[in-house]
Amino acid sequence: MAAVTETIETIDRLTDGGYKFGFETNIEMDFAPKGLNEDIVRLISAKKGEPEWLLEWRLKSYRAWLTMVEPNWARIRHPRIDYQDLYYYAAPKRAAPKSLADVDPELISMYDKLGIPLNERAALAGVAVDAVFDSVSVATTFRESLSKVGVIFCSISEAVREHPELIRKYLGSVVPAGDNYFSALNSAVFSDGSFVFIPRGVRCPMELSTYFRINARNTGQFERTLIIAEEGASVSYLEGCTAPMRDENQLHAAVVELVALDEASIKYSTVQNWYPGDAQGRGGIYNFVTKRGACRGRKSKISWTQVETGSAITWKYPSCILQGEGSSGEFYSVALTNNYQQADTGTKMIHLAPNTTSTIISKGISAGHSNNTYRGLVRIMPRAHGARNFTQCDSLLIGNQCGAHTVPYIESRNQSAKVEHEATTSKIADDQLFYCRSRGLSTEDAVGLLVNGFCRDVLKELPMEFAVEAQKLLAVSLEGSVG
Amino acid sequence: MLEIKGLTATIGDKKILRGINLIMPDGEIHAIMGPNGAGKSTLSYVLSGREGYTVTGGSATFNGQDILAIEPEARAAAGIFLAFQYPVELPGVGNANFIRTAVNAIRRARGVPELDAVAFLKEARAAIKSLKMPDDMLKRNVNVGFSGGEKKRNEILQMALLKPSLALLDETDSGLDIDALKIVADGVNALRGPAFSALVITHYQRLLDHIVPDRVHVLAAGQIVRSGGPELARELEAHGYAGLEAA
Amino acid sequence: MNVSDFLDRIDFSALAGPAQRRVNAVERFRAQGWPTRADEAWHYTDLRGRLKNFEFALPIGTGNAFGMMPVTSSPCVTFANGRYAETHSTTLSFVTPHGGDVACEAGSDLPMVAVNAAIATGGALFNVPNDVDAGTVFLVSLADAANQLAIASRHRISVGVGASLTLIEISRGMGEYLHNSVIEIVLAKGAMLRHYRMQDEAADAVHVTTIFVDIAADAKYESFILNYGARLSRNEVHVSLAGAGGEVSLGAAQLLSGMQHGDITTIITHDAPHCASRQTVKSVLGGAARGVFQGRIKVARAAQKTDGYQMNQALLLSPDAEIDCKPELEIFADDVKCSHGATIGALDPEQMFYLRSRGIPEEQARVILIRAFLDGALESVADQQARAVFENAIEAWRLKGMS
Repeated sequence: MAAVTETIETIDRLTDGGYKFGFETNIEMDFAPKGLNEDIVRLISAKKGEPEWLLEWRLKSYRAWLTMVEPNWARIRHPRIDYQDLYYYAAPKRAAPKSLADVDPELISMYDKLGIPLNERAALAGVAVDAVFDSVSVATTFRESLSKVGVIFCSISEAVREHPELIRKYLGSVVPAGDNYFSALNSAVFSDGSFVFIPRGVRCPMELSTYFRINARNTGQFERTLIIAEEGASVSYLEGCTAPMRDENQLHAAVVELVALDEASIKYSTVQNWYPGDAQGRGGIYNFVTKRGACRGRKSKISWTQVETGSAITWKYPSCILQGEGSSGEFYSVALTNNYQQADTGTKMIHLAPNTTSTIISKGISAGHSNNTYRGLVRIMPRAHGARNFTQCDSLLIGNQCGAHTVPYIESRNQSAKVEHEATTSKIADDQLFYCRSRGLSTEDAVGLLVNGFCRDVLKELPMEFAVEAQKLLAVSLEGSVG
Repeated sequence: MLEIKGLTATIGDKKILRGINLIMPDGEIHAIMGPNGAGKSTLSYVLSGREGYTVTGGSATFNGQDILAIEPEARAAAGIFLAFQYPVELPGVGNANFIRTAVNAIRRARGVPELDAVAFLKEARAAIKSLKMPDDMLKRNVNVGFSGGEKKRNEILQMALLKPSLALLDETDSGLDIDALKIVADGVNALRGPAFSALVITHYQRLLDHIVPDRVHVLAAGQIVRSGGPELARELEAHGYAGLEAA
Repeated sequence: MNVSDFLDRIDFSALAGPAQRRVNAVERFRAQGWPTRADEAWHYTDLRGRLKNFEFALPIGTGNAFGMMPVTSSPCVTFANGRYAETHSTTLSFVTPHGGDVACEAGSDLPMVAVNAAIATGGALFNVPNDVDAGTVFLVSLADAANQLAIASRHRISVGVGASLTLIEISRGMGEYLHNSVIEIVLAKGAMLRHYRMQDEAADAVHVTTIFVDIAADAKYESFILNYGARLSRNEVHVSLAGAGGEVSLGAAQLLSGMQHGDITTIITHDAPHCASRQTVKSVLGGAARGVFQGRIKVARAAQKTDGYQMNQALLLSPDAEIDCKPELEIFADDVKCSHGATIGALDPEQMFYLRSRGIPEEQARVILIRAFLDGALESVADQQARAVFENAIEAWRLKGMS
């Protein structure tokens, strides 16, 4: 907890006003040419020294992508994305370092500024970090102590080399290459990301954390994350993001795949705080993410928790495929939009097997001129006897220039299944604000407190260190939206 | 010292306060009694800065500072505390966190070092104990699911921890059983001292049996129509407010 | 004959009103064709699939339609196979029947409204003058189709300032046909319309009704739909609350069994402040029936103090039944109270056991619980005649064996 608290405080000291986590470093980038074609796909694969089958998989994905069109059903508006005007490969110039000593000092100093617990601070926080700087992982810590219990935590490029059998078995097995436009694009050009493997019966001894950072102009980011928990294994994975300030929109299309076998459990927590654009809605990250977990095994469990405060556009539906009998899926979400941000986020819970359960708690906060949409699907298939779903979607509007929307799809094809859905819309009541202010709180503090109260059911699902960060983020993200 | 001079206020077009004059020296406890609709709650809201009330004339200063000109939180920092007649529910906001946030906001405003969680909890537990409140009071969400009596006790708990120099108690006795009433009174009496004053708004004599006021004022139709010592409260209890409004 | 050939061969000059207007409507329809699941508004209802083998024809004659005439002492405005039936209608000062040529302003971009405009052969104009209580009127649509007919009617109902009307609409038929109706409702300030609708079409029929309701300040629209007959049915209700203090209450129940597909779709737009909308939709689904509910509450920026509520509940009585629902909120004003809820499940086994442990046989226990479930929606039906229509249908459904 200490380290992350420090992160916040360090950054708070370093910046004042506006986006609190924005600064840029000057590492020379090794760009592939702009644009996307089969040659670029081959180049990416070649630069990474990938095996033939993976190149073929990328090419197949690329060809599928060519036949697809950008989805248009989400409540988001943006200028047309010119996919030929983006870089699809960018990496720090040096070769991947073997140890911390090999890491570019400028990079280390940036992580220092961000307070990312890389060296001794990591030890204090008990967090292992796979830090992704643009495309190539530059440092991985705690590998040894994890490997003692058989846990593999490395970059996906490394996993392709070291554990090809696992990659070949699981990559694309939850999110098939052609699943959607953005996942197809990611499958063709994914740069790097994290790989986690927890062997049978192992409880991962520490929280695993990755900090993503986008730092190259016009560089699409295409992370790929794959987490596998074997029978009886469990892991908690933390993903948090900050990005430097810039004017041009950046595309981000990540894919995260989770696989949980019998009685395994995966907890995936995200705090997403990428640059949201300025107060006039200029700039900001376009975040098109496909996250999906397969509860393959009996009594397996996958839990998604997200706090989404950043990005100009968030398009994200972390989902659970409940294939194993008695498996369960959870989705806890806070999405906060301010200024001209647009978020269209939610989940899909697909109940395939008997006695599967799912819980959805979504808290949307809209402020400024933003639009915030919950979009979710609960589908009970005929075999899912005794399935249960509970969904609670609450929206909070701050000011009368924003929009809050709820679009649930609920489909039940099993008589014995029970589905409950509730949604409400509210504002912060004047009497609540006055009550807090009469106790000495400023309006902004009062709003922060009340919004955190509104989000409590989600925040309490976060690991402690993330919860602290998330609470501060919510308050910071709402600055200037009231009064 | 609280000095109110010729204070008039409206809600919309409706005149509620029609020229209040009141001086409360430090260390004194004054009671304001009066019939429904006299403007008692309005007075407490105007003094604490709630929206929806327009001050149309007169002044109110606390220790020489014009309190009507400043934000509600600044009034709190100046030492004014309103115990609400209807305490507000804050879903999801833990009571301990809320009070600590308030304590530290006020300390910050005064340039006093903030209390860390441990120090605060120690104080809070002690206050809970001395006010004979259940321990879980701190863990629950602010006023959510509290009974009427619990809400009022929570106001007193906040008062004990925020240590105001001027407390406005707006019908804190309403809806309380005798045990709760004693707890509330004990909470106020515990703060009694040369640096603490309180304005106790009530309908009934019974609270004043436990918090003996230095002065009693009768508010009717937006004006203070009579003032006197504690005996005035007993007189009102015996004879009601009839006839006072005309005075 | 598929729909394209069918439309090609219609002699529009033989139908009422300017032919060009109908030809234009055909063009609007052709641009889209029958709705499919690819249309978000029809996500759960594949109308094109249902109609693809239909042999369309315009109705001629009335067959035995009048044998299905409901028994009532109230005035009736009756249509048989889409045409006004004077013999079975009551002459009312405020009702003018027509040949289907009355333009409908609303929803001309919707394919079902466009095709209706092209081929409508009948309808009625209701014009209730200001401050008049026009009492109860039955609006009856009867169909007898030996071949596959395309029956289209369009009605316009205006209720004047402070006026009121109770409309009990019954659609019945025999044979196989598409009954596609459009109803435009305009409620002036302080007007009140109670609109009760019994969809009791033939087992092989397709029923699509599109309703547009405009509610002025302080006016009230109170509606209940029992979606009961037809192989495939869709009731699509667009409500616009355009003046402060307007109110809408939409109740609906679907009792479906066999291979029936029933769709209740509502779009309620709050454009003015201080309006209230209430929706309670209940589906009881047996056999391999499929129930759909899509309900959207839209609250515009100006519509502060909106009170919007929507409840959707479904009971699945058999392993093959399916319910799909999509309750949407689209909110642009901050000081509003909007909520929706949905619950889906089987009859509660504990409640069943409780009743049976008191000696109530299983079948009767089921009936009691299903009735209790439906009562929550039916209780909003204040009108006794309408209530009787719905109760009779529920009783008939029970006698059929509820599945």
